[in-house]
Amino acid sequence: MPTTNDRLLLIKNGRVLDPATKTDATNDVLLEGARITRIGANLSAPDAEVFDATDMIVAPGFIDLHCHLREPGQEMSETIETGTRSAARGGFTAVCCMPNTQPVNDNASLTRSIVDRAAATGAVRVWPIGAASVGSKGEALAEIAAMKDAGIVAVSDDGKPVATARLMRQVMDYCNALDLPVIDHCEDPSLFAGGVMREGPRSIRLGLRGIPAESESICAGRDVELAILTRSRLHIAHTSTAGALEYVRHAKKLGMNVSCEVTPHHFTLCDEDVRYDTNYKMNPPLASRADRAALIVGLADGTVDAIATDHAPHHPASKDVEFDRAPFGIIGFETALALTLGELVHTGKISLPRLVELFTTGPARVLGIERKIAVGGAADITIFSPDLAWTYHASESPSKSRNTPFNGRTFRGAPVATIVAGQIVYRRELTATA
Amino acid sequence: MLQRLEHLLGIEDLTREQISFILDQAKPFQEFQRHPLKKLATLRGKTVALAFFENSTRTRISFATAAARLGADTMNLQAESSSLKKGESLLDTVRTLEAMRPDGIVIRHSSSGAPEFVADRLGVPIVNAGDGTHEHPTQALLDALTIRDRKGQLEGWNLTILGDVLHSRVARSNIHLLSKFGVRITLCGPAMWVPRELETLAPNVRRVTRIDEALDQADVIIALRVQTERLHEPALAAEEYILRYQLTPQRLRLARASALVLHPGPMIRGLEIDDAVADGPQSCVLEQVTNGLAIRMALLYHLVGGAAVEPPPAKVPDKAQ
Repeated sequence: MPTTNDRLLLIKNGRVLDPATKTDATNDVLLEGARITRIGANLSAPDAEVFDATDMIVAPGFIDLHCHLREPGQEMSETIETGTRSAARGGFTAVCCMPNTQPVNDNASLTRSIVDRAAATGAVRVWPIGAASVGSKGEALAEIAAMKDAGIVAVSDDGKPVATARLMRQVMDYCNALDLPVIDHCEDPSLFAGGVMREGPRSIRLGLRGIPAESESICAGRDVELAILTRSRLHIAHTSTAGALEYVRHAKKLGMNVSCEVTPHHFTLCDEDVRYDTNYKMNPPLASRADRAALIVGLADGTVDAIATDHAPHHPASKDVEFDRAPFGIIGFETALALTLGELVHTGKISLPRLVELFTTGPARVLGIERKIAVGGAADITIFSPDLAWTYHASESPSKSRNTPFNGRTFRGAPVATIVAGQIVYRRELTATA
Repeated sequence: MLQRLEHLLGIEDLTREQISFILDQAKPFQEFQRHPLKKLATLRGKTVALAFFENSTRTRISFATAAARLGADTMNLQAESSSLKKGESLLDTVRTLEAMRPDGIVIRHSSSGAPEFVADRLGVPIVNAGDGTHEHPTQALLDALTIRDRKGQLEGWNLTILGDVLHSRVARSNIHLLSKFGVRITLCGPAMWVPRELETLAPNVRRVTRIDEALDQADVIIALRVQTERLHEPALAAEEYILRYQLTPQRLRLARASALVLHPGPMIRGLEIDDAVADGPQSCVLEQVTNGLAIRMALLYHLVGGAAVEPPPAKVPDKAQ
């Protein structure tokens, strides 16, 4: 993690896009150490390093609400260092890491160790999410207040749902008083029943055990009912079905503090794409074509609050197995922005300002924090090109894992620089065409 | 021009011509089974690995016998003794097999897609001997051979498949194969075992839940084994199945008089099929077993023998040399 200093960085001629301040104008931004000190046209600062952002978007730093950094416990797949370096390449200045490490992040000392490791080795900010229950076992409440003091930004038993409605109600009530959002991985275990992909014509054809869409929506319905009951903050992780999204929409209409995220793979791919290739195995599974269309509607109409990666590294040997024996999940930091541009912005489904919102102010609102480009504000900035042509090669990633269905895909649009506390933590090598 | 097969992973991607070619190739091997001395030298010096990661008796013996009658040697890997039990990955296990230089690997595995997984990573012809709930292509081929023999052709019949279609790789392969020949297919069984999505597998597939309707006008009936070991769903009482779906002589009379009854085996008499039907004149159960040898010999000849071996005897001599 970069430390505060007085280094000056002047970002010139970028299109500053900030949903928080409703800014969309070509401007210069001066960063002094960890703060933004000036915003305006034709700024000059003699001692500043100049970053030419002509034809680029200058946005508040991207936040990923959902990732797995695998440290401690599964360092073969990823570490805080390798994961955050990959996040920086994806334009993320802050990532929220899920607690399903080994051991589970369900206590303050583990939270502190993650915060300390991130300070020592992380390329970007790491905001841990604590377990809702001890060991995420769905029985006793974890030490949530102590973890909050140690630095968690939310709670979740991610990887699985908060086990019972009764426990969920308690967690919500408790977290409400602590002003922490509860993030739930929505899944009905009895319907999930050992499934490996979305139930439908494709699962029938491949002979792979299907998971009905209702596995997610039934649990989302439970959670929304409980959020209404307890008047607390609920965030539905990796929403993949029209049904779950409809519950979120309903709650929002009632004025509840209920939010949701969608991953790039769920709005890009669908169950028809699934082959006997474990890079197409994730949880929730790739949804039906109709569900994907509903997610895109939700991304456009504001029902969806954030795009989150669910970056889930698994080392190659663990994924190079029979489909039904492979772990769920794919890596996602480095393709998130490009997939959003390609699938949603360049196709005219959402605007560029809306994209920026989904990566910045949207997730910030879920966490109850501010994210904006303003004088005095944090110098966390993501600069990206909406048009740069490039090809994704997973082999070039700093991540320890390669489990992605997008390897070799060509893209239009990419992060160009990721700035955390005024320091450039990632800068894309651009071929000199001037 | 007929596309030469590299592997046999499933029926879905085969063309009608490829299927007919395999059935035609099986013809001389069918006659060969009646020969008193059942040994050819066609695959002498070749080795076929039988990698059965899932228990099997009938299919394994059939492949082993087919290989032996072609003169090939076999290497055996069986589920109980396999290194998988010791935690070795599928990939490592088959790479170990490959290092012993077999000329083909026959794979049965409980995971759908396992043969394709292996075929993508090894340079050896792979024959799928049943993968999970995906496909069992040699079973569908031997069923087709049986139907073609008895009825003269495949085209135009009404086929009814009875039982747990959802969990049946035999059903999937048969649906893919027979649909390519314009067979109209009716699937019937307890509703949760015959989900609507099965109708999307191939053209001319419908599902019905009443057996009377399913058997009406049927020319061929395949009774599936009720695979209790593969059920994760809440179980259905056997009596319920018998009451609604057992293939009995009374029910068989609803089908065409010339209707054939097939069963992939092993049969559970008194559950999915009544004794009188299993042993009746319309039953093809034992022919299926014999035809299985012919189909597997034809496939091994084609896939393992490659271009380098002698063609099979056009006609088997009456007397052994």
